Amino acid sequence: MASNGGAFAELKFRDPARARALSETLARLTGEIGRSPVSIMHVCGSHEQAIARFGLRATLPKSLNVIMGPGCPVCITDVPEVDEGVALARQGVRIATYGDMIRVPGTVMSLADVQARGAKVDIVYSVAQAVDLARQIEEPLVFFATGFETTAVATAAAVLGDPPANFFVLSAHKYIPPVMEIVAEMPDTRVEGFLAAGHAATITGWGIFERFVERHKLPVVVAGFEPLDILAGLVKLTELIRDGQPSVENMYPRCVTKAGNLRAQEQLWKVFRPIGGRWRGIAHVPNGNLRLRDEWSHIDARQQFDIDLNALWDYAPPLLVQSCICGDIMAGIKSPTDCALFGRDCVPGSPVGACMVSSEGTCKIWHQYGGHPDLGGYGAVCAR
Amino acid sequence: MQSVLDDRITLKYGAGGQSMRTLIQQVFLDGVRQHADGELGLSAMDDGAALRVGDQWLVVTTDSHVIHPIFFPGGDIGRLAVSGTVNDLAMMGATDVLALTCAVIIEEGFSRADLVRIQRSLRETCEEAGAVIVTGDTKVMGKGELDGIVLNTTGVAMTARVVPDSGLQPGDRLIVTGTLGDHGLAVMARRHGLMLDGDLHSDVAPINRLVRAALDAAPGAIVAMKDPTRGGVASALHEMAAKSHVGITLDEMALPVTQQARAASELLGIDLLHVANEGKAILGVRPEAAGAVLEAVRAHPLGRDAAIVGTCTDERIGAVILDTGFGRRLVTEIEGDPLPRIC
Repeated sequence: MASNGGAFAELKFRDPARARALSETLARLTGEIGRSPVSIMHVCGSHEQAIARFGLRATLPKSLNVIMGPGCPVCITDVPEVDEGVALARQGVRIATYGDMIRVPGTVMSLADVQARGAKVDIVYSVAQAVDLARQIEEPLVFFATGFETTAVATAAAVLGDPPANFFVLSAHKYIPPVMEIVAEMPDTRVEGFLAAGHAATITGWGIFERFVERHKLPVVVAGFEPLDILAGLVKLTELIRDGQPSVENMYPRCVTKAGNLRAQEQLWKVFRPIGGRWRGIAHVPNGNLRLRDEWSHIDARQQFDIDLNALWDYAPPLLVQSCICGDIMAGIKSPTDCALFGRDCVPGSPVGACMVSSEGTCKIWHQYGGHPDLGGYGAVCAR
Repeated sequence: MQSVLDDRITLKYGAGGQSMRTLIQQVFLDGVRQHADGELGLSAMDDGAALRVGDQWLVVTTDSHVIHPIFFPGGDIGRLAVSGTVNDLAMMGATDVLALTCAVIIEEGFSRADLVRIQRSLRETCEEAGAVIVTGDTKVMGKGELDGIVLNTTGVAMTARVVPDSGLQPGDRLIVTGTLGDHGLAVMARRHGLMLDGDLHSDVAPINRLVRAALDAAPGAIVAMKDPTRGGVASALHEMAAKSHVGITLDEMALPVTQQARAASELLGIDLLHVANEGKAILGVRPEAAGAVLEAVRAHPLGRDAAIVGTCTDERIGAVILDTGFGRRLVTEIEGDPLPRIC
């Protein structure tokens, strides 16, 4: 039966009247700051999804620039990491991974490309599903593990959960806090504050951002993913910017604590160690990559298989890739609409860069929701 | 922007969006003659064709049905085959079905019990629609040459007045005849084994009688109709806006959605506007008649949840804008089938 009052009316945190009040506060605060633009960065594809999905940009003050940073785990998976998965698949090893990953281009091929040439690639919705699959088969199964601390915890739990002997992990997991340091120091970014992702903070806790704030004198606000969560987060952040008060504020207290999920952290660090490594398009990020600790080498695909990357060089890299500006987009320096390929040579059906592949990627999200043309205000609500 | 057709036909060309229209325009419309005198032929790319016979219109439409799984919560391929064709006729204004044909192509090894079940469903749905299958065709193909079973139905009907997709003017209201997304979500949940299907039921149903009630409620006032099947409401509205040369503003708060469909779409990260419906229509109505039409639709058992959801404008011709209650954004069509979000 249909609900009275339409599609989303009675969902919590989706009250248009409150949203309007928050937007008005936001306009007043940015006015009081008196500079333009005031740039704020969020580092989460789910934040960008919600902003685009609910059309929030149409209501933001013109002088407030909300940029999406390196917040898409699929997009920042580096080319050599994709190459490792592709090489393994070409060597006949069965690969399981998240659906978004299979179309991400490596140096010369994606997992989808090798799949089309006969390699065995399975899409799974969770690491648990990959473990189940391994139990049903006899051949080795490599789980190509991607994502931030949120999915890394799930991988850790699977590793600790006594998986079958034919289950291996090729870890391309990333850890968000270190990359915020990198972006904060980029000369062209000019970010004045960060909106941190609520779901990652449920694990790490908001306390982890205190050192960052101290070092960079930039405010961080932890926010959830409903329209009111995001608007309230932006209001708090602009308030801190106006007052020149760099601190950490938790605007997602219904999920996030200062210490975070200690049990999840314990599992995470029991299985993984942080090492430096490249994030696609961004930079080398010290402690930004998560790799399996030595005691798990019997599960680590990098230890158990000879991954022969040389076999890939028979193929020439596609030309279009050279004009892709995914890196600048993820660093917050450019927008998808600044890219000559966006919506023309690069579309979700045939992506050139990783940002157009993932549902967390800025380009894919903008393409899905028609970019953000100036639709202005709330407009005329349909006459009923 | 005119899209370019790839050298190989991939699945996205069958998904009901921009790619499929490109395929039809660049391959199937090549060399096709334009019809005169307001007749609607292939080039109109409407729900069916309308040919003048005396002072009446003969409406013809055809539809092939492939669906996996063939039995799903709320329906099956037989019910879908009859409803799809009956509804396409109805969307042209031809609500009294003269006759249906049904061609069946079966894969070697198909279960007889399932075939009987499908036939029973065809018959029952025909009764609901007041339609009769008058001729048919049966083929069997080798194992692996097709996936289970394919049904094709063709329908013919007469009408005094054809309702095209293209009759919208600025100011016209848009009515949807019930809740959105039920069919696509029910099938998707079952297909991907997503354990959500307990409460999700396809809306597949013939709605010709509901459409007749709406048309009779305000003669001449319904100026455009489309059923939001593949590609969902987003694709249907894009087509209507482009063909009618209007912009469309949609009010998200007014969209009728079941609790279950809303929960599933939130969970899967799928936009309900992209999800297929098989027992719903979008009616474009002159503003002064919108109330009377809405009342007539709601009086029908299949139209209880109908609502006025949008308005046509003379701004941003061809675009569909969603007023979310929080802000405004463009509604885009999707390429290919919607896939559940992974992370």
